[in-house]
Amino acid sequence: MADVNLTVDGKKVTVPAGTLLIEACRAAGIEVPAFCYYPGLSLCGACRMCMVRIEKMPKLQTACTTPVAEGMTVHTETPEIAQARKATVELLLGNHPLDCPVCDAGGECELQDMTFKYGAPTSQYVEIKQHREEQQWSPVVYFDRPRCIMCYRCVRVCGEGMDVWALGVQNRGAGSVIAPNRQDHLDCEECGMCIDICPVGALTSDTYRYKTRPWEMNHVATVCTHCGDGCKTTLGVRRADDGMEIVRGDNRDKSGINEDFLCIKGRYAFDFANHPDRLTKPLIRQADRSFATATWEQALELAAKKLKEVRDTKGPDAIGVIGSNRTTNEENYLLQKFARTVLGTNNIDHHRTADYVSFVRALAGKADRAASLRDAGTAPAILLLGNDPTEQHPALAWALRTNVRLNKAKLFLVNTSDIKLRRQAKAFLHIPEGGYADAVRFLGSNDADFHGIEGAADFRDALRAEPKLLILFGSEFRGHDIDALVSFGLSLPDARFACLADYANSRGAADMGLLPDLLPGYRPVAAPGPFAEEYPNLPQKPGKDLIEMFDAAERGELGALYVVGANPVERYNVDPASLKNTFVIVQEMFLTETAQIADVVLPAANLYEKGGSVTNSYGDLQLVKKAGDRAGVRSDLELIVRIADRMGAKPQQLVPFGRGLRADTGQSRGAQSGEADRHSIWLASRQIEPKVSPFDPYAVLDEIARLVPGYDVERMNLLAGNDVRTKLVSIEPAASTTRRDLVLPAQDALFTSGTLGRYSAKLAEVHESHRKSPAETAAD
Amino acid sequence: MSPEMNSVPNTIFSPELAARFDKLVTLYPARRSALIPMLLYAQDEVGAVNDAVIAEIAQRIGITELDVRNVISYYSLLHTKPHGKFHVQVCTNISCMLRGGNEMLAHCKEKLGIGNKETTPDGIFSLEEVECIGACCWAPAVQVNYDFHDNLTTEKMDAVFENYRQKAGKS
Ligand code: SF4
Ligand code: SF4
Ligand code: SF4
Ligand code: FES
Ligand code: FES
Repeated sequence: MADVNLTVDGKKVTVPAGTLLIEACRAAGIEVPAFCYYPGLSLCGACRMCMVRIEKMPKLQTACTTPVAEGMTVHTETPEIAQARKATVELLLGNHPLDCPVCDAGGECELQDMTFKYGAPTSQYVEIKQHREEQQWSPVVYFDRPRCIMCYRCVRVCGEGMDVWALGVQNRGAGSVIAPNRQDHLDCEECGMCIDICPVGALTSDTYRYKTRPWEMNHVATVCTHCGDGCKTTLGVRRADDGMEIVRGDNRDKSGINEDFLCIKGRYAFDFANHPDRLTKPLIRQADRSFATATWEQALELAAKKLKEVRDTKGPDAIGVIGSNRTTNEENYLLQKFARTVLGTNNIDHHRTADYVSFVRALAGKADRAASLRDAGTAPAILLLGNDPTEQHPALAWALRTNVRLNKAKLFLVNTSDIKLRRQAKAFLHIPEGGYADAVRFLGSNDADFHGIEGAADFRDALRAEPKLLILFGSEFRGHDIDALVSFGLSLPDARFACLADYANSRGAADMGLLPDLLPGYRPVAAPGPFAEEYPNLPQKPGKDLIEMFDAAERGELGALYVVGANPVERYNVDPASLKNTFVIVQEMFLTETAQIADVVLPAANLYEKGGSVTNSYGDLQLVKKAGDRAGVRSDLELIVRIADRMGAKPQQLVPFGRGLRADTGQSRGAQSGEADRHSIWLASRQIEPKVSPFDPYAVLDEIARLVPGYDVERMNLLAGNDVRTKLVSIEPAASTTRRDLVLPAQDALFTSGTLGRYSAKLAEVHESHRKSPAETAAD
Repeated sequence: MSPEMNSVPNTIFSPELAARFDKLVTLYPARRSALIPMLLYAQDEVGAVNDAVIAEIAQRIGITELDVRNVISYYSLLHTKPHGKFHVQVCTNISCMLRGGNEMLAHCKEKLGIGNKETTPDGIFSLEEVECIGACCWAPAVQVNYDFHDNLTTEKMDAVFENYRQKAGKS
């Protein structure tokens, strides 16, 4: 669109025609106060805070609803405007309780800020304030009516943004009030978007209300540990008796890949970290089969001794290693390196929730065709096959809805169920159960008919006419079905792809080579390339996959099993008796079904308690930062290094630490105090900052960047907290092209999150309350 | 939407009203434009826009029940609880106030033995204080259901009550 020139407070500003005046001001670095305006939501013009003076126009105008015009001259701060804002604040405070000293929003409240800036010290109003009791609307949402300033942000974000429409406005004029959809309670997706977007403390969460004050917390931006979307969540942490306790999760800076969004899990399901059942002491199985607590010394020594013993007596093939979908890339990388170089076995696997191996192979040589989560928010057309993002990839669902709403993107759905995103879809191909392979074949064909489904040919023709298409697919697609889908996509003018997996680092686990036949970067073990030199004693024969490991245990051939952050006993229904001759070492947060049958249990830190990096389903790499801390637990990275050390391996060979430059850390005080920071940033961005410990995840990240194709990303960008694209680099096709299908979808929905979800009291409570409600209405 | 989508099985309305609603939703460019007339007709037939009415109208239009409630709560002419057989609406807005509207309201309260927005135990009368009903020239004015009574005095009001009481007795 053509550009428009205007003047704001004497500054010349040029913006595209159609821009709202408030955005034009913001672009020029001039902040116009606003309560009801929220970027991306419909315009509302309700609060009158954004009043500005536009020359040649009578009366003050609302900057949030006025589009810019050529030659406009605007003033945003004059005594007249200050007076208008003062009057508005005075009206808003007319019935406001001013209970800031106890209000959750106190300290980060937009009304407080505006009162501070424009408000009068006195009020003309002498009427008695109308008090209303706080109401609980759901396990998550509380409403404190007198605090509400009727900005309608919550109503719009729930309706337009979430497509839930659970909040409304009732009554009229001064009596207006926000109301939930079930009269006295909410029936909704419990995302907490309304709470986060509320400029005041009218909507509060059960998790955080009356817990602490914002300035008493440290705020750490990290990545959600739940689904495969990898949202940035900011955790508020506070000192507790046994470390740092996470008290809040929210979307504070909105700089993440999720932009405005977080679902219930990213916001409230951090509470597993504070669960009373957390393991904080190592456990060793006794002769009478009971567990006794042990010192770290004893537990690590025993684990290392047994692994060494089995390796040296029964051979490396008698050991199995199972990694995690929720540990960092550095931990995953290190675990497989440990298995392959210290234990000497390729018997390593993880619970796969998507077939990345086939995906990478199908896209070999076409790295630029892999899509980011960000593409879902900008692509002009999207084809989604399988999956139900509203339940399984909430941030993706948000991005798709937003893209359809704001950019008129065209969404094409192929699904066996009538998923909620259908409401945004331009076209929906409702296929019979198990019909995905068939559907792909149909899309690529010129058949007139597909299972007699009306409009199927039109759907296909419309799809093929799209000049640019983003293709997303769920775990319904594996092996040759992925090949077929990708080759269909490649036949279109410009298609990009993403393969959806279920956990925070499912993609990272596969990329880092937690696979029996593939090294990091999907390099076949038989053709190890640079790893031949890097990994001494690398066995060339593919190892046992997860199922084969348990089969071997059944046959009495598995001497030891090392499980890091996984619960295969529950997932794969393993009979505990089959492991009676196997020495089992488990690193876990809780006494899961797998930990219960272990011989040594090592209490581990979770993703919120350590640093490192994770890769989401789409291949977007992000850093996680240590937020919480729990006395007694250790990171998986540290535990792997310590076990290796006790087995006699050289930590330097596992983790390339101690190689960085010796840095002058400069002065930390006085006039030069900024120097040290600038110096260390410079070093870190060139990956030459000193890494003095084998437990430093960045040391491992250096090796990943060096050896894993596609992970050589711009470090500075990553360190700045941004999501950075990894590239899928082509791999040589492995010897056998028919691989066993070991994908087992997690089957998680909006309120569940695998084993982790069972230890989140909030998720469990919400899950329970939502399970109950259909029964209540079943009578009709 | 196809025409058969308009009708609702097991409607709570009379066949005539249901047929009327089937048509009504097709008359506007947006279905939800039919909401207010539907609410008014339904209120007249059922006596109030109760939960069942709200549910069916939401279904007919394809909006949430919350949307319907939002609209109902905005308009004072829509009520979710049944009124008396005769709903006595006493205006106390400026013209009526100047000519004794408040006294008229007090008189009605005393005569009927009920307060504002209450219903007599026999269900015949309910009382409500309302804003201007557009009969200012003949203030003070009272509206009973859809009928106007103006230029009132307390004596004339008593006669009005008597009249309705007899009507109530007949049916
Ligand atoms: S929690 Fe989410 S779904 Fe529920 S009312 Fe708030 S915005 Fe809507
Ligand atoms: S509850 Fe909060 S977001 Fe919703 S209208 Fe009130 S002040 Fe605005
Ligand atoms: S959408 Fe996924 S990554 Fe984002 S907050 Fe929810 S569970 Fe976490
Ligand atoms: S921000 Fe412009 S009226 Fe509310
Ligand atoms: S003021 Fe009573 S009818 Fe207008």
